[in-house]
Amino acid sequence: MDEADITRALKRIAHEIVERNRGARDLVIVGVPTRGVPLAERIATQISQIENYHTPTGALDVTLYRDDYGTRQAIPQSTKINFSITGKTVVLVDDVLFTGRTVRSALNALNDLGRPAAVQLAVLIDRGHRELPIRADFVGKNVPTARNENVTVRVKETDREDIVRVEKL
Amino acid sequence: MPLCLCGDIPLKLQRKHILGLQEMSAEEINLVLDTAANFKEVLARPIRKVPALRGKTVCTLFFEPSTRTRASFEMAAKILSADTSSLTVAASSVTKGETLKDTVLTMQAMGVDCFVIRHPQSGAPEMATRYVRGHILNAGDGCHEHPTQGLLDLLTIREAKGPIENLRVTIIGDLLHSRVARSDFWGLQKLGAKVTLCGPDTLLPPEFDKYGACLKTNCDAAIEGADVVMLLRLQNERMDGIYLPSVREYAALYGMNARRLKRAKPDAIVMHPGPINRGVEISNEVADGERNVILEQVTNGVAVRMALLYLLLGGEE
Repeated sequence: MDEADITRALKRIAHEIVERNRGARDLVIVGVPTRGVPLAERIATQISQIENYHTPTGALDVTLYRDDYGTRQAIPQSTKINFSITGKTVVLVDDVLFTGRTVRSALNALNDLGRPAAVQLAVLIDRGHRELPIRADFVGKNVPTARNENVTVRVKETDREDIVRVEKL
Repeated sequence: MPLCLCGDIPLKLQRKHILGLQEMSAEEINLVLDTAANFKEVLARPIRKVPALRGKTVCTLFFEPSTRTRASFEMAAKILSADTSSLTVAASSVTKGETLKDTVLTMQAMGVDCFVIRHPQSGAPEMATRYVRGHILNAGDGCHEHPTQGLLDLLTIREAKGPIENLRVTIIGDLLHSRVARSDFWGLQKLGAKVTLCGPDTLLPPEFDKYGACLKTNCDAAIEGADVVMLLRLQNERMDGIYLPSVREYAALYGMNARRLKRAKPDAIVMHPGPINRGVEISNEVADGERNVILEQVTNGVAVRMALLYLLLGGEE
């Protein structure tokens, strides 16, 4: 996927979110660091253009809720959510949906911040191989992969380019 | 195992125990400070609890009295969902003659993953590292080091003043007996601050000169142009002889008051590791003044201890 593909996919996702929720009034968009955060912001920008309504966006750190820090420790980022999520429809945004474990930890992290009316999941890439009963509500692109492949998403905000690549490990 | 897809940098402390800042590198210190800065957000949440250290047990073992360090360690462990058990030495088998070695081995047999040790003897936590499989965190040993205090001071300075490099920091007080001053000194030194140590001759060890500190016995001169003024308590419990003519004289010559503080930079901050002795090293007006960050230091203490526990225990099976 190149820059134009990514932009088109995010635009479509924004339209689907608005359609599904009949507007953007009770929506908040929350990205999962690192790449989920800029993607969440782009979707929010699209939504504000479609609906002429500003949707709050934030970042949700899930490091402290992971079940695999035994094998891959990461430095926690700060959660930046300056609004209440209680009673809102939270759209979680991440770059790649793979095992579903990040989403699982994100759901637990959200729980500690409030009680949303609903949580929906938007991802740029769904690469399959779920290990938990989790599915995305909005998908940019389904990419069938082998387990030994790596999906790399790079975005302008953090990596100076917009690109999605599938690489053999 | 899931592949690393989200670009997290897998950083880790390359050591098992935290005994002092003298042996830590600037990179390691910055890793702890960055992690702690991110943990402060957890402290501001409505639900101050994350599951990161579920199933880990932290044992605090204090052979000396303490309010903030012990409470702070326990709070940090609990926010990260670790279990804590604290041994109050006065009420433990130590009074029946049990040695430090046997005490830690006993607690280890109950499944402790990390010991937080405070001891009047310098080097006691290091000795304990020879006996246990788990981690040791030094919570202050004799006149040696108090690394978590040093790190929380660095975090507080960084928050108030930005990068530590080239800041002028003056530490005033009982430098001879202060483990806090030693940890602060090593940390500041590694991060590139210009450190001035000030105290009466009897309490100012000349060896610091070798390591690049500026030593001064005149307090007014030492404060001149400082960005950070750090005050220390007279460690009466460690004074085994006569070091001062009188506490009143010390208060007059080295006590921080508003008039004296004018010599520092107008935006200088005043720090104190606590417990403070009002009217001795710090006057009421300074202790209650706007420029002190003493309570920020306490809050940062929880964040720094969370960071250390997480960095030591978080990456384990």
